[in-house]
Amino acid sequence: MQQLFNFFIKNKTFVLFLLLFSYAFSLTIQSHEYHQSKFLNSSNQITGSIYGTFYSISQYFNLKKENRILLEENSRLKMSIFNQEKVIAIDTLLDYKYQLQPSLVYKNSFALPNNYLTLNKGQNDQIKEDYGVITSKGIVGIIDKTSKNYSRVLSILNTNSRINVKLKKTNYFGTLSWDGESPEITQLKDIQDLVKLSVGDTIVTSGYSSTFPPEIPVGSVESYRLNDTKDLYIIDVKLFNDMRNLEHVYIIRNTDINELRALNNSNE
Amino acid sequence: MNNSVLKIILSFIGLALLQVLVCSNMNFMGELNPYVYVIFMLLYPVINNRFLFIFVSFLLGYTIDIFLDSGGVHAAASVFIAYIRPLFLKFSFGAAYDYQSIKFSAVEFSRRLIYFLLLIVIHHLILFSLVIFDETKTVLILQQTLYSSIFTLILCLLFSSLFSRKEI
Repeated sequence: MQQLFNFFIKNKTFVLFLLLFSYAFSLTIQSHEYHQSKFLNSSNQITGSIYGTFYSISQYFNLKKENRILLEENSRLKMSIFNQEKVIAIDTLLDYKYQLQPSLVYKNSFALPNNYLTLNKGQNDQIKEDYGVITSKGIVGIIDKTSKNYSRVLSILNTNSRINVKLKKTNYFGTLSWDGESPEITQLKDIQDLVKLSVGDTIVTSGYSSTFPPEIPVGSVESYRLNDTKDLYIIDVKLFNDMRNLEHVYIIRNTDINELRALNNSNE
Repeated sequence: MNNSVLKIILSFIGLALLQVLVCSNMNFMGELNPYVYVIFMLLYPVINNRFLFIFVSFLLGYTIDIFLDSGGVHAAASVFIAYIRPLFLKFSFGAAYDYQSIKFSAVEFSRRLIYFLLLIVIHHLILFSLVIFDETKTVLILQQTLYSSIFTLILCLLFSSLFSRKEI
């Protein structure tokens, strides 16, 4: 025992190094798997407020561009209202199944294989895990951690991200994932080789999960090829969203999500 | 409080903020970022005890990991170069290290360059191996290491000459 203690005291720097290095290494491994749960992340109070302070300075640089995007969206929405024959009564807005909550992106990354965003809405705004996040142009990701005032989004530019999408024309559905290469291109897999494809086809969300409503635009087919077993397509999807430039996003709150969850749980 | 301790604490906070708020959002040529916080490990006073140094390096790396949601990659790389630093001090500065009398501001440029380059490359190699974590993408790891190292090296040399009077 004495010898053991002597050894530790003699090599205490090495022991400390080994301890810290292996701890950091285990954190890294966990981060490469889906749902690392117990560790600190950027949606906690301190990091959130620091990002928030910096954001309030840097937002001025993008005001013009953001204004333009909002105007474009506004005009598109107005257009769809004006061209709609049926008049929607305003009180029906209250019981919509999907509710949108605007939010600001405090932190965004796209250069790593596992990217996350930090938003300025959290549990105090009734934001929960598994809510979807979109912009006016397309999808962004899924909420994966929340704290009181902030939340973290698992970006579609994350190698762990899996989102159910379909081809708008033919309704065939598959899984959207990312290979970690280009921030503009994601991969759609599991589409059978019988399906007719052409470059430029639109991809939208399928609505089979409770996270995203159906028919939210995702991207368009950039190119496609068969996989190694020659029975499924691997489709490169060019995203409508520019994931490098995100500022205003919407969080989708599905008011039925609890009911759906209860139903799913009762089946197991 | 001791003056040099205060300096270390301030540079710790300053470099962490600089890294997460500015440097990690540069995305030069698509996805190239410098990791200037490495300069903390490079210029940490030589006389201080190693035990504390390794621990502080871990803390800095881990702080950056929390901000960037990257697991423990920065912590691992930082701890590693903190541990092997004496070896490279000896290699780059020779006798001066044995007497523990290195003043980073006073050493000649070529020696400082070699010392910076070696540690930065090792740091980035570990960093990108862990970030990408895929043995089939070795070329990508080496590529990223090379480009980012050059970027970081230039910024570190600039910083060290900017603040050389103050001896961080």
